[in-house]
Formats: sequence, C-alpha cells, structure tokens
Amino acid sequence: MIITKAKPFAEMLQSLEGEETVFLVGCAECATVCKTGGEEEVRQMKTSLEQEGKVVSGWVVLSPGCNLLEAKKEFRKAKEEIGQADSLLVMSCGGGAQIAQEANGKVVHPANNTLFLGTVERFGHFKEYCSMCGKCILDLTGGICPATRCPKGLLNGPCGGAKDGKCEVNPDNDCVWIEIYDRLKEIGRLKGFLASSVQVHDYSVNTNPSTLVLERDKT
Amino acid sequence: MTSLQQVLAKGEFAVTAEVAPPKGTDTAEMMENAEFLRGKVHAVNVTDQQSSVMRLGSLASCRLLKESGFEPVFQLTTRDRNRIALQSDLLSASVLGIENVLCLTGDHITLGDHPQAKPVFDLDSVSLLMAAKGLTGGTDMAGELLEGTPAFHLGAVVTPGYEPMELQLLKMERKIKAGAQFFQTQAVYDPELFRRFMGGAKELGVPVLLGLVLLKSAGMARYMNKHVAGVSVPDSIIDEMKKTDDKVATSIKLAARIIRQTRGDVSRGPSDGNGLGTVCAGYSHGSRHIDLTTEGKNNTGMPGNCDAGLQMN
Repeated sequence: MIITKAKPFAEMLQSLEGEETVFLVGCAECATVCKTGGEEEVRQMKTSLEQEGKVVSGWVVLSPGCNLLEAKKEFRKAKEEIGQADSLLVMSCGGGAQIAQEANGKVVHPANNTLFLGTVERFGHFKEYCSMCGKCILDLTGGICPATRCPKGLLNGPCGGAKDGKCEVNPDNDCVWIEIYDRLKEIGRLKGFLASSVQVHDYSVNTNPSTLVLERDKT
Repeated sequence: MTSLQQVLAKGEFAVTAEVAPPKGTDTAEMMENAEFLRGKVHAVNVTDQQSSVMRLGSLASCRLLKESGFEPVFQLTTRDRNRIALQSDLLSASVLGIENVLCLTGDHITLGDHPQAKPVFDLDSVSLLMAAKGLTGGTDMAGELLEGTPAFHLGAVVTPGYEPMELQLLKMERKIKAGAQFFQTQAVYDPELFRRFMGGAKELGVPVLLGLVLLKSAGMARYMNKHVAGVSVPDSIIDEMKKTDDKVATSIKLAARIIRQTRGDVSRGPSDGNGLGTVCAGYSHGSRHIDLTTEGKNNTGMPGNCDAGLQMN
C-alpha cells in the first residue's frame, strides 16, 4: 500500500491562505490504514480547520482515492458542497490529490506527503520492501530485495559497511545482504547467486511516468 | 602497463599512499603532501569525494599529480554518476594517461555534507568493474564499439574485518570475475584477523594491498571501533596508545609492527607454493614522517594518509 504522512498542520494551513471554504477528500484504503485520510482523520481535520476560522463545506471519503471514475461519481453527488468551496483539501496520496483535481477541476491542496510503497508489519508499522523497479530479481536473491532494502541498492553483494550485522546508513536496520546470504544458504541457493552474471538494473523498463493498459481478451 | 601493475606482477612490494583532493581550488597542500611521497611509493591513491564530502575531483587531481611525476590511482565511485558519466570519466582518465582505477560503490550520501543530494548508485562496484573491463575490450555497456580503446589496471576494495568474512570473500570473487586485478583492504590492526582473511583470499590469486590508517590517539581507535565498519583495533593496541607519552612515536611503532607481523605471515607463502608476499607503507604524522618501506627503521620522510601495500601472488 501507499504510505503517507500528514503534513505539519501549520504548513497545510499556510497552503490554504486566502481561501475561506474548503471541501475535504479522504481515501478509504491506504490513507485510512496510515491514519492520514480515513473518516476519522477527515472529521478531525474538519474540526481543526473550523477552529482556525475556515468553513468546511463538506467531505467525502473515496474508495479508493486514486480512482478517477470513483472520484467523478462521488464528486457529482457532492456537487453543491464542492461548488461552495474555494478548493479541495485532499487527504490521500499524491496520486489521489491529482485524481481529485482531474475529476473536478478545482484547485487541490495535498494534506499529506507520500512516502513509499509499504508493507504492513502490524498496525501502524510500515516497511519498504519493494520500490517497484519493474524487473523483479527476488528469485535470485532469496526472496529479499536488495534494490530496495539496501540503501545503495547494491545488486551484487554487500558493501563493507555493516557493523554487527547492522546497516551503516541506518543502524536500526539489519544489513539486507547478510539476510540474503543467510537465506540463500538456508534454501541451498547460494551457488545459483554466485554463478549468476553481474546484475545491472535496466531503468528503461520503467521510465516515468509509467502507464499500463491491460490487454483485453479477444475470445 | 602501469608501474604499480608491473610491481605487482613481479611479486614485489607495492606501496601506495592516499592523497585527498582539497575542498576548493587551492591544490598547494595536496601537492605538498604528495611531495613527501616522491620516490617512496609506487602510486598515490586519489580519493573521490571521500566520505561523500564534495571536493575537487579525483580525475583532475590525478592529472595534476601525474604532471608532477607521480603515478596516480584514480578512485571512482558509483555514488554520484550514472553509467554514462562513469564510462565517460573512464575514457577521460585514459586520454589523460591515467590507467590505475580503483572501482568503488562509495559511501552513502547521507553520511556526507550534502545529505539532500540524489544518491545515484546506477551501478555498483561490481558492475563498474565490468563496465571498465568492457571498455578495455573495445565496447561500452550498450555493446557499442569504441573508436580507440583504453587500457586500465583495475582495483577494488575489500573489508577483512567484516562479519561474516565469507560474504566479503564471495563479493571479492565476484569483483575478480567482473574485472578486478588488485585489491586494497579496509584498515587492518589485527594481524591474526588478516591471517584468517588471507587464508581465504590467497586462493583467489589476486594481489592484496593491506590498508593501514595511522592512529592519532586511543580515542581515535575507540571511535573507529564503535563507528567505522569493518575496523577493529585490538585492546592491546588501544592500551599502548593510552599509556604512551609520545603518541606519534608509538603510533608509528604500532604501524611498523603490524606490517612486520603481516609480512611475516605472508612470507610463509612461498613455502606452500602461494608465492611472495611483501609489505610496506607510508604515513604522515604531523611534522614527523617515517618510511615504513624498511619496517620503520628509517626516518627519511614518508607522509600520506594511510596506505600500505601487501602483495600476494
């Protein structure tokens, strides 16, 4: 899921300067799990803004916030409230904020910063395991991604920087190459890695901005 | 063939010492430091934005040193340049007459003075070696033919004090397959550890230069133990630095001893058919210099930061 973090309230408030009335947009999926744009946070935001003298003309929690058709549909239902607003304050990811603008044409303000594609370890604990590089090498590296979990993205083995098994960049993290090494030994696949050719990432497979259109089944 | 390469090929002692480019354009101090090394080292190692701190480039510094009669080792990291820039810099090095290249991934950007910069790491040390070797074969990474082919003597680094050591040896092997012709190690203070490391490294058949950093104090040793990965200064050495009244003399004595001890270890090489091993090193310690090519007996002036050479065939 997409991990987001709320912008500092003061910064967010500054972005609304000169505007009196806002309409709030949340997301029922990722931002709800991240506690940055679920119904609870949207209601809290409404209260906080009203305390600052703003008018909140209405709110909606899209499911999900990044779906253009869903946004258009829900915005039509809230046409009147949105019409009263100077802008939309979007409490989802950067994708959601842009979709809200495309769906409606109003000025949008992001309430969150979008951080990474995260796995959920347990409630409120997220980790980055995949950086969506477009060419998965997990089969070679024991199911553990060095492109993402090594800060240098080393694909051919560890640097010399691990101290007591911890990463030199962030000592809270285990060195992922030591984890890969242990795992490859455990599953008997170390030789396969050693025999593999020098790994070089192909960035051409995933040039920004990416698009994907599913092929329709013709039969 | 570079002189460093020739020395290593002959199985003789190789000595290199580090020279750091300045932060700015005043190269006077770098050149003064290099002057202490004249006639004492086979090559000077020129760092590339070491510790991720922005400085004068390694390549320009290498050229200045070469014009002054030194043989440079061009350190090249993948941290700041993508494969286009790296290959281009390798070609630039070649036309500037610089052929010793030490291929490194480099420290992470967050450890340096521009933590907001974009970390590149398009390649890593292994794929950089592969790219450099490819250039010497007349093609770039895209498989395109070159007009004019460079020659390089390619080096890489290894950390003997890494746990698990086997993982460093595996990476070392991968670097050799990719093109590494010699290695320089992270600083070593523990001859026993180095002996164990060489036990595995020897059979890879590539020369290894032992790395040494001169200790300035017991505090520095403790700091390195705590913060510098792969560096482990034994308590006995820390004690000696703590007790001494003359830190400089003790530091030099300790370094000379490490070299003697590792040289002794490696000198057993020929008896088991693994070839010759020799050690020498160059250091600076304030105004006092020492020439460790004769195991610290000769005070004839020898600065530089830290590199010692242990050559194994």
